[in-house]
Amino acid sequence: MINQNSPLFLAMRRFRRHRLAIFSCCVLLSMIVLVISAPLFEIWLGVSANQVDLYSRMVGSSLQHPLGTDELGRDVFLRLLYGGRISLFTGLTAACFAASIGTVIGLSAGYFGGRLDALLMRLTDSVIALPLLPLLIVLAAIDLNKIGLPEAIVQSEDVSFYRIVLIVALTGWTTVARLVRGATLSLKEREFVMAARGIGASDRHIMFRHILPNLLSPIIVAVTLSVGSVILLESVLSFLGLGIQPPMASWGNMLTNAQQLIWEAPLLAVYPGLLIFITVISFNFLGDGLQDAFDPKAEY
Amino acid sequence: MALLEVNRLKVYFQTRNGLVKAVDDVSFSVDAGETLAIVGESGSGKSVTCYSLLDLLPKPPAVIEGGTALFDGEDLLTCSTPRMRQLRGNDIAVIFQDPMTSLNPFISIGEQLIEPLIYHPDKTRIQGRKQARLRAIELLDEVGIIDPVARFDCYPHEFSGGMRQRVMIAMALINEPRLLICDEPTTALDVTIQAQILELIKKLQQTRDVAVIFISHDLGVVAGIADKVLVMCDGTIREAGDTESIFYNSQNDYTKKLLAAIPEGAKVLTNRSEPDKPLVEVRDLKTYFSDYSKAAASGGKKYIKAVDGVSLDIRRGEILGLVGESGSGKSTLGRSILQLAPTSFGTVTFDGTLLDDLNPKQTVPWRRRMQMIFQDPYASLNPRMTVYQTLSEPLLYHGLADSKSIDQQVRQLMDDVGLAYGQMRKYPHEFSGGQRQRIAIGRAIATKPELIIADEPVSALDVTIQAQILDLILDLVERHNLTMLFISHDLSVVRYISDRVMVMNKGVIIESGDTETLWANPQQEYTQRLLKAIPLADPRLERRRIASL
Repeated sequence: MINQNSPLFLAMRRFRRHRLAIFSCCVLLSMIVLVISAPLFEIWLGVSANQVDLYSRMVGSSLQHPLGTDELGRDVFLRLLYGGRISLFTGLTAACFAASIGTVIGLSAGYFGGRLDALLMRLTDSVIALPLLPLLIVLAAIDLNKIGLPEAIVQSEDVSFYRIVLIVALTGWTTVARLVRGATLSLKEREFVMAARGIGASDRHIMFRHILPNLLSPIIVAVTLSVGSVILLESVLSFLGLGIQPPMASWGNMLTNAQQLIWEAPLLAVYPGLLIFITVISFNFLGDGLQDAFDPKAEY
Repeated sequence: MALLEVNRLKVYFQTRNGLVKAVDDVSFSVDAGETLAIVGESGSGKSVTCYSLLDLLPKPPAVIEGGTALFDGEDLLTCSTPRMRQLRGNDIAVIFQDPMTSLNPFISIGEQLIEPLIYHPDKTRIQGRKQARLRAIELLDEVGIIDPVARFDCYPHEFSGGMRQRVMIAMALINEPRLLICDEPTTALDVTIQAQILELIKKLQQTRDVAVIFISHDLGVVAGIADKVLVMCDGTIREAGDTESIFYNSQNDYTKKLLAAIPEGAKVLTNRSEPDKPLVEVRDLKTYFSDYSKAAASGGKKYIKAVDGVSLDIRRGEILGLVGESGSGKSTLGRSILQLAPTSFGTVTFDGTLLDDLNPKQTVPWRRRMQMIFQDPYASLNPRMTVYQTLSEPLLYHGLADSKSIDQQVRQLMDDVGLAYGQMRKYPHEFSGGQRQRIAIGRAIATKPELIIADEPVSALDVTIQAQILDLILDLVERHNLTMLFISHDLSVVRYISDRVMVMNKGVIIESGDTETLWANPQQEYTQRLLKAIPLADPRLERRRIASL
């Protein structure tokens, strides 16, 4: 039985009235369905995403190639779908990882206070102060062989993907950490927390049973908003050639390829650019909608 | 013709759950030199009535559906925005409830005071800075600010609550308004400060012949200050008349209910305490908080001495009242006894066991035996937990129930505190303040504790709800054989419920004794002042009391 008046349910009801956010939600959902069903399209069209066909380079759209082909004769539509898989998946996993790290750090800093708080927050400040892009470039350039990772992993296709998720998660948690710490500081002084301490509840019980559920809404909003920025970051890195490595497609490295052919085949740059734009802006609208829905003051 | 004549005013709110008639068909009038009190519980529409006159309501959701409000012959509800701004500055002034949030913390008091004079919408009345300053200082002096010349340049945080409310009053009066609207001006203040502010409003009104609309929930305050009273409930007027006829000869059931709900007189139950068996012994307890602002100024470590050497016994089976004004340390003392605030010095013994020696893990079984009820039923319940979860948590945590018996026990608890069992899957925001306090009380008695510390449990509630909760507490104490420390700033409530009373001031207990003995014959000057400042909900007695001060 679901209570129709639980705080989350009420928030969802408010969310439903936010048209732009609902629209964005639909856009994102259909995009996710499309990229998941990429292999089906492959079978249906009879070509694979990385199949090079030098006889039909840069052809326009046709039945076999709905959006034409690129400079190596690969199908642009399929590559966009596979690129979308990478971009969306990177965005979501990295944002969730970053939020988890941020929540744990922010919650402990805010709840325990004192020296731990000072230490963790100085750590946060230092991470914020790091010049992000140069750091990412350095990290992305590390030769994994030299730090002793097994050959099998280093050689695998997915390694550039994991590398990006890890890098973003390790640098992107600061916003959530500060947000969670601030909210925890005010929540822990609330009387229901005092009441829980009065019952004799342990710190862990109070943190996870009483404080964390009340933090969920700001965390969800922060995650949604950061997915967009992670996708942008991934495109930037891939554009610079440090992110997802070809032949695996991502929207970012498709832009890089298109750069040299911007006069001959401008559409090759337009498609991935447009998709990045639509995805990021949809995530932002979705975040705005969630923010309004979770706002306790939005009563009517 | 009266100065303000409100006729059939209707203000509706468009909300998610449909139309709410906040003010429905309200008519009244106020004359110059007259005080009209609008009395009602929260949600009765008393504030909305006044704010709609000044166009201070957010629109939407508020809609003025009909009626007229003639101020000196001019309809306030239809006048233009610039004209309304002019009226608000010149002729009608408002004093709000909370003096802490009504002043801008970044601008000095003086600057805020002279603002309406030097930026006056009416060009002919603009005054020079020097002249305005003189006028402001004169007013500060009139509202009782000592050394107004020096205080002119001080910032709001340098004033106490009562002083800030005086500044707010000076600010309201600076343009010589003809109508003054006071929205619960003393609710956030201590009882001794309240008496001073009320006296000030009364005096200023008499010397300046302004009309006053006084919004309040406190019938005692109203009895002393009002000429006419308007009783409101659910947006409608239940009764209107002059003060004496309302208080002595009320025809309306709701008014009678309000009057009957005021806690009055001594406790009716017998004292069940066993004098020789203290449940809790507190010896020389000190709770200090470091004060960073002073430490920075003087270089050394300074402390705020919230509790400064308190010794007391709570006898088994008694209700011990602890009274004091805000900042007296009474809440901190309550929390220190329960080991919820870190104590700096002294000991707390509970049933023969020294609590200070125990580490957090060892205190858990003791926590079962002592519980706390908090003031604000909105903050003391976890908004993400249902009633069922809130009530079952202490039971499960202490292993007092298993999955089979838990339903039965929660049912029993809800029954004990007067909640319907069908509401157990609901969240706190679906309940009214009184019901929430019932849930909080249910949580406190869940573990069958012996000691309950109730920290202002009825201060945030309306008077009729307050009476119900007090009776519930008395009933539970009797049935479950509880011992209680009842902390409150409201002396009438403490008298109604306590067997014994302690008076706390500046971190120390200055007087204690059996309730009625102490009431009849207070020894300390502070206690005497405190007792004298209680407003009585009886116009004749109240006026005699004010005159005797």
